Amino acid sequence: MSVHDWLLFLHVLAAFFLVGAEVLFTFLILWLWRTDLPADIARVSGLSKIGSALVGIGAGGTLLFGVILAFEADSYAIWDLWIIFALVLWAAFAALGQRVGTSYDAAGARARQLVGEGRTEPNPELGAMFRSSRAFTLHLVSLGIVALLLLDMMFKPWA
Amino acid sequence: MTVLAAIRPTGWDFPLFLHVLGAMVLVGGLVTAVGMQASAWMRREPGELLAYSRGGFWALLTVALPGWVLMRVGAEWIRSKEGWTGDNDPTWLGIGYILADAGFVVLLVTILLAGLGVRRVRKQGATANLLGRIATPLATILLIAYLVAVWAMTAKPD
Repeated sequence: MSVHDWLLFLHVLAAFFLVGAEVLFTFLILWLWRTDLPADIARVSGLSKIGSALVGIGAGGTLLFGVILAFEADSYAIWDLWIIFALVLWAAFAALGQRVGTSYDAAGARARQLVGEGRTEPNPELGAMFRSSRAFTLHLVSLGIVALLLLDMMFKPWA
Repeated sequence: MTVLAAIRPTGWDFPLFLHVLGAMVLVGGLVTAVGMQASAWMRREPGELLAYSRGGFWALLTVALPGWVLMRVGAEWIRSKEGWTGDNDPTWLGIGYILADAGFVVLLVTILLAGLGVRRVRKQGATANLLGRIATPLATILLIAYLVAVWAMTAKPD
């Protein structure tokens, strides 16, 4: 295997981590969509930490190995429009992801606080916090950005 | 590989997109299921055990399984476009086929075990999900196997 093959594998593997984490987050959001129970929301905080770690590794890995690939490969250049487009999408995803994470982390922290206080009855305020349309919309937009990144990598427009 | 990527006909792009998207959804579903099932493994309280076991089962059924179908349909589509006949197929394609198809059988068994495990826990209020515990390593093996497939598909060993 050449250096290029290894770089491409690591780049794609990181992309799998990133999308895998997005799938995990989407599943957890939909899984908990109808619950107001603090214990239900608090329960998934361990899993969401795994998702956060995967997003970090995936986002960092795709960028690092992607940029190295752009310099290493003869047929690509870092100033190719499809690569610049990917870098812009990556930056937008990173910024949005942070905001989405902050919103859902706040709901998770509130749920753990309620459970810690022994308040395990349904809590509509917590449910509304978790189902915040702003957080969910931002999550959907971040999914759209990931889909655009994948399309950009496959179709390589303007290449 | 660089040259191949550069000269890949544009007609292959969409099937490849579906194939890769399906594989990513499949891996995401397996990560979710393994996380849920491992969490269920560590729980004794029936309510917690049931919630995590259910989560693992539904992640396999509603995410990993459709992901596998999309990945496999995309794979067959792009294979037909690339013109592989089965006689001269490269090693990496063979690895992909074996892992995808053998993995499908394991995936179905894992879904079945996870579903039966949920049913048992719900009926009996059990404090351990034995069938779910069998499904957990199976889902983990599948996850590792599909990451090996990612290596074979990208590095394309001869």
